Amino acid sequence: MTDELNLSANQLDALREIGNVGAGNSATALSQVINRRIDMNVPKVALVPLEVVPDLVGGPDAVVVGIFLRVYGKAPSNILFLLPQKSAFYLVDTLMGKPHGETNSLDFMDESALMEIGNILSGAYLNAFFTFTKITMLPSIPALAMDMAGALLNVVLAQLGQMGDQALVIETEFLSEDDGINGQFFLVPDPGSLETIIKAVGVE
Amino acid sequence: MADLIRVGMADYKVGSAPSTIISYGLGSCIGISLYDPQTKVGGLLHIMLPDSTQARPTDNPAKFADTGLPLMLRDVLAQGAVKTRLVAKIAGGAQMFAFQNATDIMRVGSRNAEAAKKILKELGIKLIAEDTGGTYGRTVSIDLNDGVYKVKTIDKGEKTI
Repeated sequence: MTDELNLSANQLDALREIGNVGAGNSATALSQVINRRIDMNVPKVALVPLEVVPDLVGGPDAVVVGIFLRVYGKAPSNILFLLPQKSAFYLVDTLMGKPHGETNSLDFMDESALMEIGNILSGAYLNAFFTFTKITMLPSIPALAMDMAGALLNVVLAQLGQMGDQALVIETEFLSEDDGINGQFFLVPDPGSLETIIKAVGVE
Repeated sequence: MADLIRVGMADYKVGSAPSTIISYGLGSCIGISLYDPQTKVGGLLHIMLPDSTQARPTDNPAKFADTGLPLMLRDVLAQGAVKTRLVAKIAGGAQMFAFQNATDIMRVGSRNAEAAKKILKELGIKLIAEDTGGTYGRTVSIDLNDGVYKVKTIDKGEKTI
């Protein structure tokens, strides 16, 4: 297995570029669904100690909506799309054609709509991933929960924790033009998947 | 004077009254407290995984129930706790996302809870309260003045165990 600590600058750049195109696809898909412009930042690619990951999303006790997908294929990974609670409600209002501010809890239909957003984002992201790496990746059915960010991240971190003390995180932030919606999209490859991805990218 | 000591994931802290030790946002993780009511010395350990022998070697023993608990025990004893008086409480071990075919790692919460209980038993420490399982996150704290273990949730309110 590639030592995660020894990724070269070029390899990190390649991962960032994959993240960039993947997130670009996702942002376009999302903006088509909600009919609003979606901006995104340049993806951050970083190896971070596991215990620091909750701080990337506003602290372990920040209330967020998390949409989680397991990614199957040659490079098994996890996808986690996190939205601050307020953002998730705003997105539901937008999707359901309700006036903004109407949604203040999630019913079954709302959850289903948000999970579909998770599906769309992940599909678009993984398509780009395939273009770069020729690795086919299939997302599972999404699962959704609204709770403390730290608690939701446990799902991903416990998996990584069996293999090491660090997570490779490819993270993109989305922001809608009216500032109502922001979210963070994480692709977290399983430790063993990193080598497969790096090899497929073909960068030393 | 009553300071709040924060414990991150895969870490532990020990202290004494009037401090409170707190850990935020536990999902499948478990917060294990030890407390000696007489000296008011105690600690809080935030584990991620049940068993270090099923994982790669790590620099961080506090990640696992089996390696983290003996370490915290050593440190609370060093601060003046007496082992026969120590009592333990645990909370956490949720399954945050409901999947139809939950793999082992999805069920890590219940495995964490089992491991915590098993290791406490092996160390001869009495478990006097627990709040484990469910599908929701918890913020946990132990007040070293009285050993009250508080569990806060988003939807299910706050309780003490």
